[in-house]
Amino acid sequence: MDEIPYDVKPHPVTGVYNAKLGIWLFLASEVMLFGALFSSYVLLRVGADTWPHGYDLLNVQLATLNTAVLIGSSVTVVMAWASLKLNDLSKAKVWLWLTVVLAGVFLVVKAFEYGAKFEHHISPATDNFYATYFTITGLHGLHVIGGIIAFLVLLIRGDKMWQDDSEHFTNRVECCGLYWHFVDLVWIFLFPTLYLL
Amino acid sequence: MSAEHDHHSEAHGHHEQSFVQKYVFSVDHKVIGIQYTISALFFLLFGFCLMMMMRWQLAYPGEALPLIGTWFSEANMPGGVMVPEFYNQLGAMHGTIMVFMGVVPLAVGGFGNYVLPLQIGAPDMAFPKLNMASFWVFLPGGVIMLASFFVEGGAAQSGWTSYAPLANIAPAGQTWWLVGMIFLITSSLLGSINFIVTTVQLRAEGLSYFRLPFFVWAQFVTSFLLLLAFPPLEAAGILQLMDRVAGTSFFLPAGLVITGQPLEVAGGGSPLLWQHLFWFLAHPEVYVLILPAMGIVSEIVANNTRRPLWGYRTLVYSVIFLGFMSFIVWAHHMFMTGMGTAMSTFFQATTMIISIPSVIILTALALSFHGGSIRFNTPMLFALTFIPMFAIGGLTGLPLGLTAADLHLHDTYYVIGHFHYVVAPGTVFALLAGIYYWFPKVTGRKMSEGLGKIHFWLSLIGMNVVFMPMFSIGMAGVSRRLYDQTQYAYGAQVQELTIIGSYGAWLLGVAQIFFIINLIKSIRGGEKVESDNPWQATTLEWATPTPPPHGNFTEVPKVYRDPYEYSVPGAKSDFTPQFSEEG
Amino acid sequence: MAESAEEIRHHIAVYKKVGLALAALTVVTVAASYLHIDSVAMTVTIALFIASIKGALVACYFMHLIDERAIIYWVLIITAVFFLVLMFVPLLSEADSVGI
Ligand code: HEM
Ligand SMILES: [Cu+2]
Repeated sequence: MDEIPYDVKPHPVTGVYNAKLGIWLFLASEVMLFGALFSSYVLLRVGADTWPHGYDLLNVQLATLNTAVLIGSSVTVVMAWASLKLNDLSKAKVWLWLTVVLAGVFLVVKAFEYGAKFEHHISPATDNFYATYFTITGLHGLHVIGGIIAFLVLLIRGDKMWQDDSEHFTNRVECCGLYWHFVDLVWIFLFPTLYLL
Repeated sequence: MSAEHDHHSEAHGHHEQSFVQKYVFSVDHKVIGIQYTISALFFLLFGFCLMMMMRWQLAYPGEALPLIGTWFSEANMPGGVMVPEFYNQLGAMHGTIMVFMGVVPLAVGGFGNYVLPLQIGAPDMAFPKLNMASFWVFLPGGVIMLASFFVEGGAAQSGWTSYAPLANIAPAGQTWWLVGMIFLITSSLLGSINFIVTTVQLRAEGLSYFRLPFFVWAQFVTSFLLLLAFPPLEAAGILQLMDRVAGTSFFLPAGLVITGQPLEVAGGGSPLLWQHLFWFLAHPEVYVLILPAMGIVSEIVANNTRRPLWGYRTLVYSVIFLGFMSFIVWAHHMFMTGMGTAMSTFFQATTMIISIPSVIILTALALSFHGGSIRFNTPMLFALTFIPMFAIGGLTGLPLGLTAADLHLHDTYYVIGHFHYVVAPGTVFALLAGIYYWFPKVTGRKMSEGLGKIHFWLSLIGMNVVFMPMFSIGMAGVSRRLYDQTQYAYGAQVQELTIIGSYGAWLLGVAQIFFIINLIKSIRGGEKVESDNPWQATTLEWATPTPPPHGNFTEVPKVYRDPYEYSVPGAKSDFTPQFSEEG
Repeated sequence: MAESAEEIRHHIAVYKKVGLALAALTVVTVAASYLHIDSVAMTVTIALFIASIKGALVACYFMHLIDERAIIYWVLIITAVFFLVLMFVPLLSEADSVGI
């Protein structure tokens, strides 16, 4: 007995392969991580005497652009998976590259946003509004970087993985995709909370 | 399938593995389990030594520490006498090390890793590489914690709970503590994902959920607690790190004055936020400490009473309910924070409710003895003792859960007594029992019964002599983190009890020497076991060769029956393993 | 899950529509925020309501939750429960400060 069962093929009863359940469990823990930050944010905001409106201090245009970029990248990554399902590796790679590019754009825009703040000597230490803003978006940004690394690995080793076991590779893209959608989903909530309220 | 299997005869493997692949960066759950066990035992010993030093200071405040007092720096122990700051470091690090680097890694990382895949008939964990990563994230976390003793100002000194704002303004060691915690938390998260997936996906054919050994159930629920309760602490850790490194004030209100100097921060933060996030983890965490222990005890009790566990399903439902409830009692640690009556009533009620499943589990275990022909070997002695010790711990928890009593008892030695009864003679005894019990499977040899019994009796006496007096000391009003209680009249009056407690600690230290000798001696020269199932047990781990090779089972295991079919009327022998087709 | 090419093509059409819907909803959120509605409760409700719709679209269609296995649902239900408990934290501290 050497092989791990259901590494690639779905389990007959649960209907999922191991990594899929694994990634969902990971996302569950991520929900609790961002949930705790969100709940801290609410607690601090409700307890504060005054709290500025995000739209007065932050750049809503850039953030709207970034929202669109992330939504776009969610579409591209799911298209990559669908292309693999249709047995079209080269198309899938194009979609994955697009995802990476969009993720990169997101980070660049974010960097401009941060840069503009630092120029005005605004930092996390300024007040709790900026403290939450920088901490939460910073952590989210780290997740974006994590996603980029994952996609790059898939792209670089993709040909070989696809040849070895195309189903396994498709599964990997699916799991990274699920993670990526989650990163998008977090942003969908962060955007109104931090920028529009 | 014989005991001869012990030399590295996995030559049938497809590729030769190097030493490093096999023992250092191994992906085999058994090797990882052993790595966890050894590191955790080392950390437990280290944390134990910290405690011994504290016990000296408590018993003889201001007197030079004999023998080793001069080993420490002038800043910590001038002339061999401990300074208060160093005492605080010892206390904070003792708690942190014991909980996050000792008991949890041993119970989950060690026993869980080694035993769980075997008991469900799996070749390995679902994600072997992730499993390896989990260990190699854990170890640096531990090293960072230990290294923090050597940084400017020493290790963390704000208690294992790291309450803000004290922790925010503590010396650099606190930053190391936070970074170390982030490593340890990440390691636990990776581990828990692996455990859950393994249990859901890799159970052998015929092993339905209600045929799982109780140990697997306990680990399964524990993994959910780790998975969902640790991230909020990770978030809290990140926030405190930001406070300390980036100058934010998540936990700092405005207008703090420290030794006459106003603190230059923006303010607006909430110290209570830290407590909420911390206890949101830490109450489930105490169940992480206890559930695997209950699992181990159940296995050993069933095996040595030669009876099925009484009320298996009740046990399973109780453990699920415990896990669930443990998420909604956290504020019972915060009754003294000025919480309103509606809220404190709610948490009082949930705290009373959560003790019900604990009592059910204890009762079921106790009823399992009825009509058994009990074998009093060393693992059984430890497992047996777990029951009354945990009961004392649980019962003393009830007054703490009632606000009226907690007003007086909060943050006194009574609390220390309460939780040590659950974790020390409780969980730690269960873990020791587990080591004695599974040692033959891991090494092919039994541990010495004689040394084991000495270890047991001395530990039992030592533990009770340390912790029993704490209830009185606490009720006398002595606060749990005092450096020198004799400076207060009410403390001086119970100083005798504290001295007695320290004698218990020395005895406990002596007892562990027998354990260490036993471990070392038995690995090399212990009595060899003749069969793969020396305890005549029923669960799947005993179906493997001894020690289990890579891939665990020689043939794909299949399960035919419930986990504890001992003394079934009409059966051929007094035990019918899960993997045996006919009874 | 061995979906046929036919089904996948159908999925792709759905993805495109969902992508467009998300973009449209983003515009709606931003527009709503420019209204500067006086009532705080109203603003928060609108913002979070739209965000929830968007989140649900992502989860249901991109993450395929609309048609997933029971085990995944179980994991998510458990998480959702404890997530709600976590949201209890700010409520609790609010309750303290108004003396409930
Ligand atoms: C069975 C029912 C239990 C009840 C009713 C209970 C109740 C409590 C209460 C109310 C406190 C807070 C005391 C205070 O700070 O004033 C407390 C503290 C504590 N309990 Fe329990 N408990 C129970 C079981 C356990 C178990 C099973 C464990 C661990 C394995 C445990 C570990 C702890 C720890 C570590 C603390 C102290 C934390 C600290 O302040 O450092 N308890 N318990
Ligand atoms: Cu508690």
